Amino acid sequence: MSKPVYGLGGRYAKWLISAPPLLYLLLFFAIPALIMVFAAFRFPGDYGGLVPLVDVNPDTGARELLLTAENWRDFLTFENFGRFFEDSIYLELFLKSFWYAGLTTLICLVLAYPLSWLIARSGKKTRDLLVLLVILPFWSNFLIRVYAWMIILGPQSYFSRVLNGFLGIFGIEPVSLLFSQFAVIIGLVYVHLPFMVLPLYANLEKHDMSLLDAAQDLGANAWQRFWKVTWPLSLPGVWAGVALVFIPALGMFAIPDLLGGTNSMMIGNLIKQQFLDSRDWPFGSVLSIMLTLSVLLLAAVAAWAGSRHKKKD
Amino acid sequence: MNKVSRWVWGAAIGVYAFLYLPLAIVVLFSFNDSNLNAEWVGFTLKWYVMLFNDEVMLEAALNTLGIGLVTCVVATVLGTLAGYAMYKWRLRLLPVLVLTPIAIPEILMGVSLLIFFVMLNMTLGLVSITLSHIAFCIGFVAIVVRSRLQGMDESLVEAARDLGASPAMAFRKITLPLIMPGIIAGALMAFTLSIDDFVISFFTAGVGSNTLPLEIYSRVKVPMKLNPEVNAVSTLLMLLTLSLILIVSKVAPNALRAE
Amino acid sequence: MALLEIRDVVKRFGDFTAVNHVSLAVEAGEFFTLLGPSGCGKTTLLRMLAGFEQPDSGEIVLDGQNVASVPPEKRPVHTVFQNYALFPHMTVAQNIAFPLKMAGAATDEINRRVAELLEDVRLQDFAKRYPHELSGGQRQRVAIARALVNRPKLLLLDEPLSALDAKLREQMQIELITLQKEVGITFVYVTHDQGEALALSHRIAVMNQGQVEQLDAPEQIYSYPKSRFVADFIGQCNLLDASVTEVGAERMTLEISGVGACHTLPVAGAQPGQKGCLALRPEKIKLGASLPADDSDEVHFKGRVHDCLYLGDVTIYIVELDNGMLVETMLPNSAPGRAKFFDDNDLVELAWRFDAGHFILA
Repeated sequence: MSKPVYGLGGRYAKWLISAPPLLYLLLFFAIPALIMVFAAFRFPGDYGGLVPLVDVNPDTGARELLLTAENWRDFLTFENFGRFFEDSIYLELFLKSFWYAGLTTLICLVLAYPLSWLIARSGKKTRDLLVLLVILPFWSNFLIRVYAWMIILGPQSYFSRVLNGFLGIFGIEPVSLLFSQFAVIIGLVYVHLPFMVLPLYANLEKHDMSLLDAAQDLGANAWQRFWKVTWPLSLPGVWAGVALVFIPALGMFAIPDLLGGTNSMMIGNLIKQQFLDSRDWPFGSVLSIMLTLSVLLLAAVAAWAGSRHKKKD
Repeated sequence: MNKVSRWVWGAAIGVYAFLYLPLAIVVLFSFNDSNLNAEWVGFTLKWYVMLFNDEVMLEAALNTLGIGLVTCVVATVLGTLAGYAMYKWRLRLLPVLVLTPIAIPEILMGVSLLIFFVMLNMTLGLVSITLSHIAFCIGFVAIVVRSRLQGMDESLVEAARDLGASPAMAFRKITLPLIMPGIIAGALMAFTLSIDDFVISFFTAGVGSNTLPLEIYSRVKVPMKLNPEVNAVSTLLMLLTLSLILIVSKVAPNALRAE
Repeated sequence: MALLEIRDVVKRFGDFTAVNHVSLAVEAGEFFTLLGPSGCGKTTLLRMLAGFEQPDSGEIVLDGQNVASVPPEKRPVHTVFQNYALFPHMTVAQNIAFPLKMAGAATDEINRRVAELLEDVRLQDFAKRYPHELSGGQRQRVAIARALVNRPKLLLLDEPLSALDAKLREQMQIELITLQKEVGITFVYVTHDQGEALALSHRIAVMNQGQVEQLDAPEQIYSYPKSRFVADFIGQCNLLDASVTEVGAERMTLEISGVGACHTLPVAGAQPGQKGCLALRPEKIKLGASLPADDSDEVHFKGRVHDCLYLGDVTIYIVELDNGMLVETMLPNSAPGRAKFFDDNDLVELAWRFDAGHFILA
């Protein structure tokens, strides 16, 4: 026992309590993930899916494992990984997804910082209300939030017409806002903004206001107070927000699917394509593994950066 | 008010407008007497009437609610157990399994579950969707419950034991009532996440079954099928989650702050 | 036989020994205090009495029965927690009723006892309130009522006054003494506040680094500290390094290094040549511009005022002796019309009776 507090007693309590969720998640999360990793080394089946490893013997009706020590090359391969690195379009697509996610994160940070700062400095009641107002849209359906931007950016919308009318004055050709990279970025920012505000606010709220008074007393102007005191102290919150926005944005597929055009595909769209359209599961699995590795790398970087600043607190 | 704070207030109001205007437009156009989501023509309720006669939408809604309720119940039980176990003991595997589904992009879980169900020769449908929803909701419940437990004064359980309560009694009389707001908040999250989920349902739904988000997606994706009925269903969905939040904040005032 | 006997109890957390071979006995009806700095093991010892920790070795005998491995709910021992640990989702009355309910008491018995206890702690009007609606002092009283309601054999109090402000603390000290006299239940009280310990206790065990340094009545602990630690921890004390030169039946002669000889009461086991220190409370030292040297019971030294701290009722003078040794003395500011008697650098004389100090062997 790690804690001296007595809760539900008994020697087996630990196993009885943790076993149900553990088994469930092993079955419906860990094992599927491992199967997917394994699938990345197999060949695609003739009609989608995978080349079977098990066959039913027509005579006996028994199931037989086709894979043996001699013929494993017929069933397992590194080719799928080779394909990922051979054709530059895949790496380019990854880079583009990183760029979209990075830009989204940056815009979220710029929008969220003043807001979080304001919330953190408000009185308790106002603060709770302002936080609630940030969270509330997050509780509404994700697709609805994306759909809302399809309306706003649609060619017939007030927004498009006003913008294009304005551009027309200067003799600029009307632009299509929907189905563009611009629309994808807006959608990504819109959906992920609360994930930047909340950790930032949680961090800024803990700041000791007297530090700013001390800085002012010692001759720092408003900009210096922000740049030398508030900003460095808020870095753990910034890094938490960066991780919370960047990671889901990187794997997003519905937003580019609905708001983007043919040239604004992201990793997620490619994965979806491999699984549901071209039904090439092994390559889809390779892409998923690459996405997972990117995410792990990012999470590790953000955690490392965040903890580095935390130590200075 | 000095120059800086005026600037900050301006920016904040801008951000709130950015957050709420799009949703307001969806609601507004659900009452608009026009096929196009482009211009205000006049007030009507016909999209709502149409919606309630739309067999496909109604079936999808029923599916969504059913999946949501089952997910809510199972994920709340499993998530509460997980949250308690993670608070109480130093475990290695469980926290990883509980937290990773939350941290990784949803699409990864969607495709791996797709492979898994197909390999098991399971017909994709309501059951596979529900099983998948439970898997990703457990983590959210567990986190809320654990944070509630962490916020609880440990000496309360000691005090109960000291005053004569057995371990099980101390759990029932002290721990459970005190973490109840967390459990309710977790259940609400599980339900909302389930009825909102699009990505994981998209991969684990198969052909025969439909949920509201999937139906909305298919209509939004094909402009021919799109009409303000989608606005109407969106408005009703927003109303549903909003009233759920209101109910919970009345029943358990501190539940929603557990995040 | 004592109500509670702790026999050679040891408790380790990893490499750290929190309680190191402690033995002591508490008599029925006693107000017994465990006093020491944080980390001295007093709280761990208390938690073992309550049953939250189990000793690694040794016995805890309560009323003739070894309870070392009995779980907390099976012990006739209740605790008043430092933060009170009142159940926030229960009213005052429900909190007080909790132990009775757990013991399976009948409803009218519960109602009767709760009403009695509410009266004892003067909270009759607060029965339906919730803990967060009470002041600190009221919460404290609820915690005590709850712990006393089914008449435990032993009441443990874990720094119960530390969350209160100074004024309220003094008032609660008086209430605690009165209450303990009334209910006649044995109190084991844990604190790091030496003033509190001296004011409340019948006996005090001073603990340091997991061991009991001294177990005595308050006045003994204050006047005759047995170790440097106790002398230093309890109140202000001058510790003058000295060595024994001569041991007599009624007096013993010391050489205070670099200052001179002085007499003191003999201590058991002292031999000429042994080193140690003379513990001398500031208030037992006389201070004057010149003091008559006609009493052979007194020791005299000359010095110079090094610093003075004016505290209102008294002034503390730090006097530097010839060899640079600093001695703290104190004078009440009782003379009318003047704030203090001396200023920095004034030449002064110090004197104390041979039995004012107490020699501690190194």
